[in-house]
Amino acid sequence: MTQHLVTALEVAGLSDPGMVRGHNEDAIAMHPAVGLVVLADGMGGYNAGEVASGIATTLISEGVKSSLEVISPHMEDATTGKSVAHRILRTEIDKANLAIFQTAQSQPQCAGMGTTLVTALFYDNRLTVAHVGDSRLYRLRGSNFEVITKDHSLLQEQLDSGFITPEQAKMSQNRNLVTRAVGIDPQLDVELNDHEVEIDDIYLLCSDGLNDMVDDEDIGLVLTTLRNNLPLAAGQLVQMANDNGGRDNVSVILVRIKNNFSAERGFWARLFSWLAR
Amino acid sequence: MAKLILSLDGMVLRDFKIETDKIKIGRKAHNDLQIDNLAVSGEHASITTIQNDSFLEDLGSTNGTMVNGQPIQKHFLQDGDVIELGKYKLKYLREGAPRATAEDFEKTMVIRSPMAARPAMASLDTTTMPAYKPDSTSIQPAASPVAPAVNTIQGNPPTPPAPPPAAAERTGVIQVLTGGNAGKTLDLVKNLTSLGKPGVQVAIITKRPNGYFITHVEGPKRPSVNGEQISVQAHELKEHDLIELAGIKMEFFYK
Repeated sequence: MTQHLVTALEVAGLSDPGMVRGHNEDAIAMHPAVGLVVLADGMGGYNAGEVASGIATTLISEGVKSSLEVISPHMEDATTGKSVAHRILRTEIDKANLAIFQTAQSQPQCAGMGTTLVTALFYDNRLTVAHVGDSRLYRLRGSNFEVITKDHSLLQEQLDSGFITPEQAKMSQNRNLVTRAVGIDPQLDVELNDHEVEIDDIYLLCSDGLNDMVDDEDIGLVLTTLRNNLPLAAGQLVQMANDNGGRDNVSVILVRIKNNFSAERGFWARLFSWLAR
Repeated sequence: MAKLILSLDGMVLRDFKIETDKIKIGRKAHNDLQIDNLAVSGEHASITTIQNDSFLEDLGSTNGTMVNGQPIQKHFLQDGDVIELGKYKLKYLREGAPRATAEDFEKTMVIRSPMAARPAMASLDTTTMPAYKPDSTSIQPAASPVAPAVNTIQGNPPTPPAPPPAAAERTGVIQVLTGGNAGKTLDLVKNLTSLGKPGVQVAIITKRPNGYFITHVEGPKRPSVNGEQISVQAHELKEHDLIELAGIKMEFFYK
């Protein structure tokens, strides 16, 4: 399985402080061998934002990796009917939430810190995405580029209720108000969703420093044009955010699906590699 | 913090600061902003403010409400909008828009208890805008005397996204010099234009605020400019540069 994901996924990522901020409060982590990518956008004064995003990406990476060593994410969880991936992600994100919350409580310089989060686990020709706040997951499939997470933000709630239109949303002054964040409460409401993946799909995880500065249309154009060179695409996205003012930290992770990675094939691949030894 | 400037025939009558979530405007005395004139209905219009955004709504007035010369039922107020009620004008101005330091603007902040806010949102119908009650949502995460200032909503409102800086003022053009498309020109109007043959050699030309740049994307050979192969870095294009890519020569120039 591990061997399998390495050949099935191409992953590239970049995190940049932008043109205005003195330091980078975003954090990213990429583990293509286990199909895990994590992106967090920290908030809180002084350096607390990067403490929060750093705790989130580190703990979730380590926790999910060690869980995957003992259990397969595609198995069905008997108690919930969902895949085991849900349980793994929820458990590890809850742990990170508590760690950030307790650090914020015990360290005065970290009081009030928190972080948004978007993390995707790829397994068995699908992905489970967990998100909190306004960091996003986009998908390019064929020529169709769309966001597949829904922000936990005041603006999104206003859009959902019909209070404002998408055109008005572009002019809103409320774009930086998130309604959920990791680490600000002992309890956390994580949103988890499953999506089937197709070969040649490209997934983009990003902090709001990208989608606030660059139109979705331009982001889609970059991914379509540079789909064969993900590191360059990541660099290009960051550059466009910075060219447009770069007022926030900007982070991107790109994942391209190169091959099938169904769990069954994973088993046969493992068997063959064992036989070939 | 936003304010309204009430004027009649160009004479400023008063300043009115928008300090509450809901403001009623009308002729009768119980309105927050009273305009005692027969052309103004008893309860004429209201302004609902949610955090940093304000929405104007006509309350079924006899003579209607105009914004910038257009009659409205509901309107998302923007800095500088002029509201007209009869002969009276109200100019909507956002204050404190320019930020002291770049460091504190657009910091992401958390509004707590979204669940408390949601029912109010869900109960919206098309004719009434409910008063949004920030009181019901505790705004300050982990209230602490040393809580960093950026976490307070009471800070200055974020600046609106600046318009993108003017991209290279002049449009760059590529003219194909050799091959089947010789003579054809391509205006580089998009932020990203790809050139070449996928699988053989591909490069992109990016339009940036400081000019046009060519970058190698794929293929064993990188494109050359004026006879020299470019590095893996983006290469700035100058007027009348000669580009060679996938065996095709082309010229870059500004319109």
